[in-house]
Amino acid sequence: MEHELFSRGPSPAVRLTFFILLSLLLLVSDVHYSYLKTLRAGIATAIYPLQRIAMLPVELLGAIGDYTRTQSSLIKENAFLQKQNLEDRAALLRYRAIQQENDHLRQLFGARARVNTPSVMAEILYDERDPFSRKIIVDKGLQAHVAEGSAVIDNAGVIGQVLQAYPFSSEISLITDKDHPTPVQVLRNGLRAIVFGFGSSNLLDLKYMSLNTDIRPGDLLVTSGLDGTFPAGLPVATVLAVDRNPVYAFSRITCKPVAGVNRYRQVLILAPGSPPPPIPVANPEPPPARGKK
Amino acid sequence: MEIAPKEEILLPVRPGFIALSLFSAFLLDLLPLGSFIEWIRPDFVAMLLLYWCIHQPLRVGIGTAWAFGILVDVADGTLFGEHALAYSLMAFIALVLRRRVSMLSLDHQFTHVTLILLIMQAVVVLTGFVAKDIFVGWAYFLGSLTAGLLWPGLTYLLKLPQRPKPDPDRI
Repeated sequence: MEHELFSRGPSPAVRLTFFILLSLLLLVSDVHYSYLKTLRAGIATAIYPLQRIAMLPVELLGAIGDYTRTQSSLIKENAFLQKQNLEDRAALLRYRAIQQENDHLRQLFGARARVNTPSVMAEILYDERDPFSRKIIVDKGLQAHVAEGSAVIDNAGVIGQVLQAYPFSSEISLITDKDHPTPVQVLRNGLRAIVFGFGSSNLLDLKYMSLNTDIRPGDLLVTSGLDGTFPAGLPVATVLAVDRNPVYAFSRITCKPVAGVNRYRQVLILAPGSPPPPIPVANPEPPPARGKK
Repeated sequence: MEIAPKEEILLPVRPGFIALSLFSAFLLDLLPLGSFIEWIRPDFVAMLLLYWCIHQPLRVGIGTAWAFGILVDVADGTLFGEHALAYSLMAFIALVLRRRVSMLSLDHQFTHVTLILLIMQAVVVLTGFVAKDIFVGWAYFLGSLTAGLLWPGLTYLLKLPQRPKPDPDRI
């Protein structure tokens, strides 16, 4: 059947085997190593214009919505914002006073003043279609000096961190991503712990806490700043339920993130602070479990 | 089994049209939609690749499918090679079954197309499960059913530019 005149190169089965092997190679290298980051970044830059084009209908709808707003809704919103502004201003004054006092105290203690981390405002381009991972894409990248590993917050609390920065966009993994660890502290009593994402739902899991641990529903968890990625003191989640079943070694604590990725389009990317000093060698401790990516 | 009533005589496809249709499908996949529509949204790139593998196997084959899989992987932030693997397998199945599928009437093509797309999605789910230990739930597969339902419309649309224009000199 195969004739030289009609030769079409290798048969479909051979081609399939070749491409399957190539895919598997890429998969393995993506899971275990990071050789292909530049290639990925290149392709991402190439398809960025297409992504912008795909965003156009949504932006157009938003523009039409803005244009056809009624006056009464604008007046209502304005009144609300003014009230909010007053409240915020009062809070800000208190905050400034406290910050000054804090700076003074730190100088007294000879501690280095906490660096005011620079931040970049970014807009969420879209949620990723992939239901396996909870990631979002924002419109600021290397060009706006976004660095990999930077913390990402909204006005309520921590959203996640920059997983990969491309020239014009970056990929953000959420704290609700499966096995994404966030070091936290219970605001009420200073207890340190690590919350992990569940992956499937929008909830977090406070792992490895003993049965008699002092955590109650409603407790606010803030970042402890121990990992050098998230600055300390940002709200992360509130405790929803504590299940102390003596059958298990640890209590099962479910938390709900305070930041809402689904609600707003703007996020703030904080530049990473200076890395913490290395762990002393005399007491070798395994690095915090990163989990499988 | 019923077969297509009569074979149409069509003009040859222009390669530019194939490329245009594939990139439009990619654009449709990038379109941000609400979370509800997200679940029933068909994978347009996969549909188009399937269509061209069945109808133009010499122009679109496993290699094209693999390349578009890589594009989808980067756009979606999935593992590098996840969709590439699934798409190339899908293209292979389409190449094997293409004579059979193209002979069937459109309502019988529905089952074949849906099944092939389901197999493709199963590969994606399985890769995700093995590599990242995550199962997404059964609702993920709804997209293939929508794709099957949209298939006749897609076939009609893509054949439009190949229909010969009626000859004005004919009586």
